[in-house]
Amino acid sequence: MSILIDRNTPVIVQGITGRIARFHTKDMMDYGTNIVGGVVPGKGGEVVDGVPVFDTVKQAVEATGAEASIVFVPPPFAADSIMEAADGGIRYCVCVTDGIPAQDMIRVKRYMYRYPQAKRMVLTGPNCAGTISPGKALLGIMPGHIYLKGTVGIIGRSGTLGYEAAAQLKELGLGVSTSVGIGGDPINGSSFRDILEWFENDPETEVIAMIGEIGGPQEAEAAEYIQKHVTKPVVAYVAGLTAPKGRTMGHAGAIISAFGESASEKVEILSAAGVTVAENPAVIGETIARVLKEKVTQ
Amino acid sequence: MDIHEYQAKEILSGFGIEVPTGALAYSPEQAAYRARELGGDRWIVKAQVHAGGRGKAGGVKLCDSEAEIYDASEALFGKNLVTHQTGPEGKGIYRVYVESTVQIEREIYLGFVLDRSSQRVMIVASSEGGMDIEDISVEKPDSIVRSTVEPAVGLRDFQAREIAFELGLEPGQIQAMVRTLQGCYAAFSEMDATMVEINPLVVTSDSRIVALDAKMSFDDNALFRHPQIAELRDKSQEDPRESRAADRGLSYVGLDGNIGCIVNGAGLAMATMDTIKLAGGEPANFLDIGGGASPERVAKAFRLVLSDKNVQAILVNIFAGINRCDWVAEGVVLALKELNIDIPVVVRLAGTNVEEGQKILAQSGLPIIRASTLLEAAERAVSAWNSDNAHSTRNSGGAS
Repeated sequence: MSILIDRNTPVIVQGITGRIARFHTKDMMDYGTNIVGGVVPGKGGEVVDGVPVFDTVKQAVEATGAEASIVFVPPPFAADSIMEAADGGIRYCVCVTDGIPAQDMIRVKRYMYRYPQAKRMVLTGPNCAGTISPGKALLGIMPGHIYLKGTVGIIGRSGTLGYEAAAQLKELGLGVSTSVGIGGDPINGSSFRDILEWFENDPETEVIAMIGEIGGPQEAEAAEYIQKHVTKPVVAYVAGLTAPKGRTMGHAGAIISAFGESASEKVEILSAAGVTVAENPAVIGETIARVLKEKVTQ
Repeated sequence: MDIHEYQAKEILSGFGIEVPTGALAYSPEQAAYRARELGGDRWIVKAQVHAGGRGKAGGVKLCDSEAEIYDASEALFGKNLVTHQTGPEGKGIYRVYVESTVQIEREIYLGFVLDRSSQRVMIVASSEGGMDIEDISVEKPDSIVRSTVEPAVGLRDFQAREIAFELGLEPGQIQAMVRTLQGCYAAFSEMDATMVEINPLVVTSDSRIVALDAKMSFDDNALFRHPQIAELRDKSQEDPRESRAADRGLSYVGLDGNIGCIVNGAGLAMATMDTIKLAGGEPANFLDIGGGASPERVAKAFRLVLSDKNVQAILVNIFAGINRCDWVAEGVVLALKELNIDIPVVVRLAGTNVEEGQKILAQSGLPIIRASTLLEAAERAVSAWNSDNAHSTRNSGGAS
């Protein structure tokens, strides 16, 4: 059983009738994800590519037993859809949408905390590529074929840079237990620290790879958590050594605005916590391979 | 998105924050006339640029007559003001703000930010107003008061009172300070700001609380619901290439190097820049053309990167996930043919249909340098730039 999603996890797609959502729904189904329904208010009763559509998340959960959802709803309405999932009994939600206002996300996070922890939905994203457990299920927009099944757990803020890491691993014959995109926004559902905890407790994961970037405190918070609570080896790469201070680099959250938010400061903080840092993006794969080998020979 | 001081003051004053009386001018004549309209015998003329540190840079001048206002404004208009926040090229001055002066008793620093650690709005205040918050946090860290706002109930009066008392305000000034804090928070949350900074916020000799300066930034992702804020965008304060890119849905940041970058995805774009540096080169830009990279976007990206005359080589790094490398390769070939590019172009493709993509590049007959890994691409771009630079004629003045 992999973390967050598995072969049998029943999934609904929020905003399934949109062009991009339809494309990726088909892609996820082809990969083997157990898509059981879609939600679009006012389109209940329709069928899209063989998938029944419901008006509300509650109706979809009641009819299908859905446990996970993926949100493709446009930015002005996405926060509302995430809250609907949290209230409708969804256990795990991926939000792909890019461009959600930061204060909407503040409200989403506050809203999720009205549920006791045992019933609280786990959210990854927004503005992320999603989650994949190779060979089992894909809940996102990443190309499934670049991931081999294996024992490396990946957590990343960036989509294509995560693909780069997975492709480097594949080149070396190494695979991934689960890869989780946490997204490039300043306020996100899960942090590095949150997903580290999942991987630490996952028997299928031997090594954890963190792919960070400039901006925000989450890499430093992860370093503190790793030092205290993570027994598995952690490898990290932080993008943006050449990024100037005070400029937003594509992702809304990729901006150096305080001490400890530059790539070199994050590298220093992570190294001090015992994390093996890949010096440049070309050696992410081989650094993971080396750490994995050291672990096996121990 | 940033706005000017006078615009921030207008917005904040709509939320009950007291500001000095002032008026905007587009010429020295108008500035002098504005002073007469305002009345009084002492005014302050402030250059309106999107940057802090204007006072130290000479962008703020105290004047005692209309003639002085005319001269002060004339010296500002059309100049580029260089402050510690603008970079060496500075920001153009096209508007000045003329303001009445107030009698200052004490100066306070007040800021509202999105705190990423608590994932809430945070208030940062200090009794050491007038200094930069960066300097305050180094020199007088104990003077800083912080408080986060619970989003479900908003800023509570008791929190505002706590801040006011901790700043050492007199009992008679507490209510005015609470109103100021509540007004700022309301402006921040209702207008989807990402930053409100009043530095200094002053206590006047007659115990009023007045915002002498004001800065606001807004969440680009929320502008769809604030058209009146979106209208305040001032392109004269932006890098023209970045404006053009933003208008075309591309995310671009200009840098000082010579190797132009075209990449899909923000993280991969930063990683590509880092690898160029590692290979001994300097990136000319950050450019994210988006997760999917259509041939049209690739062509747009080439045009944008080439508009920087310092660019002497281009590195294209596309990881095709959802789209296909053959499609991207066609876009590259099309762009190169259309634009007559005479500098080295290195293309690295990875992901779906990479072999077909490579074949299209190879069979195009164009002098495209191909690479299969990120490091190889960066090394080839740097070495192509080095050898090309030895006999380049494109821009002899731009080489650095």
